Amino acid sequence: MRRSRAPMWLAGAVLAFLWLPIAVLVAHSFNASRFGGQWTGFTLVWYERLFTAADVWRALANTLVVAFGSTAIATVLGTTAALALDRYRSRLQDVHHLLVHAPLVVPEILLGISLLLFFVALRLPLGMTTLVAAHVTFCVSYVTLVVLGRLQDFDWTLLDAAQDLGADGWTAARRVLLPLLAPGIAAGALLAFTLSVDDFVITFFVSGPGTTTLPLRIYSMIKHGSPPIINALSTLLLALTVTTVWFSQRLLKEAR
Amino acid sequence: MAEARGLFRPRDERAWSTPSVVWLAVLFALPALVVVAIAFRSADPYGGIGADWTLGTLGRLADPTMPALLWRTFALSAATTAICLVLATPTAYVMARCSSRLRQLMVLAVVVPFWTSFLVRIFAWKVVLHPEGALQRALVALHLVPEGSTLLYQPTAVLLVLVYTELPFAILPIYAAAERFDFRLLEAARDLGAGPVRSFLGVFLPGIRRGLLTATLMTFIPALGSYIVPDLVGGPGGEMLGNRIAQRTFVDRDLPQAAALSMLLALAVLLPSVLALTRSRRRTLGTAGAGEAVR
Repeated sequence: MRRSRAPMWLAGAVLAFLWLPIAVLVAHSFNASRFGGQWTGFTLVWYERLFTAADVWRALANTLVVAFGSTAIATVLGTTAALALDRYRSRLQDVHHLLVHAPLVVPEILLGISLLLFFVALRLPLGMTTLVAAHVTFCVSYVTLVVLGRLQDFDWTLLDAAQDLGADGWTAARRVLLPLLAPGIAAGALLAFTLSVDDFVITFFVSGPGTTTLPLRIYSMIKHGSPPIINALSTLLLALTVTTVWFSQRLLKEAR
Repeated sequence: MAEARGLFRPRDERAWSTPSVVWLAVLFALPALVVVAIAFRSADPYGGIGADWTLGTLGRLADPTMPALLWRTFALSAATTAICLVLATPTAYVMARCSSRLRQLMVLAVVVPFWTSFLVRIFAWKVVLHPEGALQRALVALHLVPEGSTLLYQPTAVLLVLVYTELPFAILPIYAAAERFDFRLLEAARDLGAGPVRSFLGVFLPGIRRGLLTATLMTFIPALGSYIVPDLVGGPGGEMLGNRIAQRTFVDRDLPQAAALSMLLALAVLLPSVLALTRSRRRTLGTAGAGEAVR
């Protein structure tokens, strides 16, 4: 049977479309010309400027504090949620299911504004705490889904076997359930971390004084500022993304 | 049941469920109700929320600029979704059919942009479409656009960048469905005399309809609520509902009005979701969508 080549060409064009702007961005981060209309020579000056930009480093520190904090909480909440959803069938779990899935289909801007209005209504000052709380809220659902996926092919008789051999419930959880679930939990945590580091919209709504994260800093640089430095920063972030994707693929492959 | 004696006894259900249920009830469900409540309050002159209940805030939604804004929001989102589906379906088809090494490479080629910072991807287009950029020069040199025109800051730029940012969200669920599709059905259709186009439309598309549905929701809903894309590449002619919400929140500091607009957006999002849910009996909208996208 002869297959049409048209889909091949289209798929190639789509992938080129996905990568073209990224390639332009990376190329421009090494371009001496400030506006990148043409190539005026190779330079690392934008990277040097980036490394001396103190505000970028402060923003990065904030980002990491928020990301580590919210990932830790979201991972615990997501794992217990997945276990509850997997093990029980009841009215409570129907509500639980809805609460976990609804945030996934709500546009970010609605999550952002509702959290802002909630904090304003409670007269809570906006700061690191409210920011971490907001990030946990949108990360929990993703961790839950990833861990649930891992639970789907979990062999529960192993837990029974451990208990038949004399382990009490907690020992069985620590020595059997947790190690087998670990790749799923790690993949969920990695996803939560990435989402937190990358989040702009929700952070924009609920951030207060002194909580400027990297995406907020990049946004204000795009709005009023220094394109070549953003090129350099974006290239570094892209390198980080490629590494993370590669690492998480390996994590999931080992899980199989 | 065996696990009745262990960690998951019936009476332990509450202990396992409480952390996430309480967290999401307090920080997701309750704030949603707060938005509804605040939409019925007036604004106080200091940027806060007034003390009295009123319908006036909702009434102010009937602004003469609203119909155009809503239409632009809907049209851009619908066009984004349609273009994404048209581009994503053949791509997913090729990905599902090619050899496993090439397939891994293609999945990676889609997943990396998917994971790349949203702001970085939008900024990349600002570089590409820059008035002094190579693309503009090339188009001017080919006399495709007049000199001194600008590619940025207009609705077409918003559409282009929306398609770009949403495309991976369309490709991945369709690919996940196409991967499970039995391609021998296409050969059977061809043996029975159907042409390539007819077997693609009549056999392949119905076979992956759940993936298509997920892809539609995963592009249409975020597009409706998009805010950064029109903000960064749109200019005044490309404003969408999300921008209006942000403007009321940060520029005018009129929080009740922002709440009323958010209710409008929530309704617009709810409608397609409910339609889709009543059509597909399975309640796994979120699971299918996010689960497939995550992988």
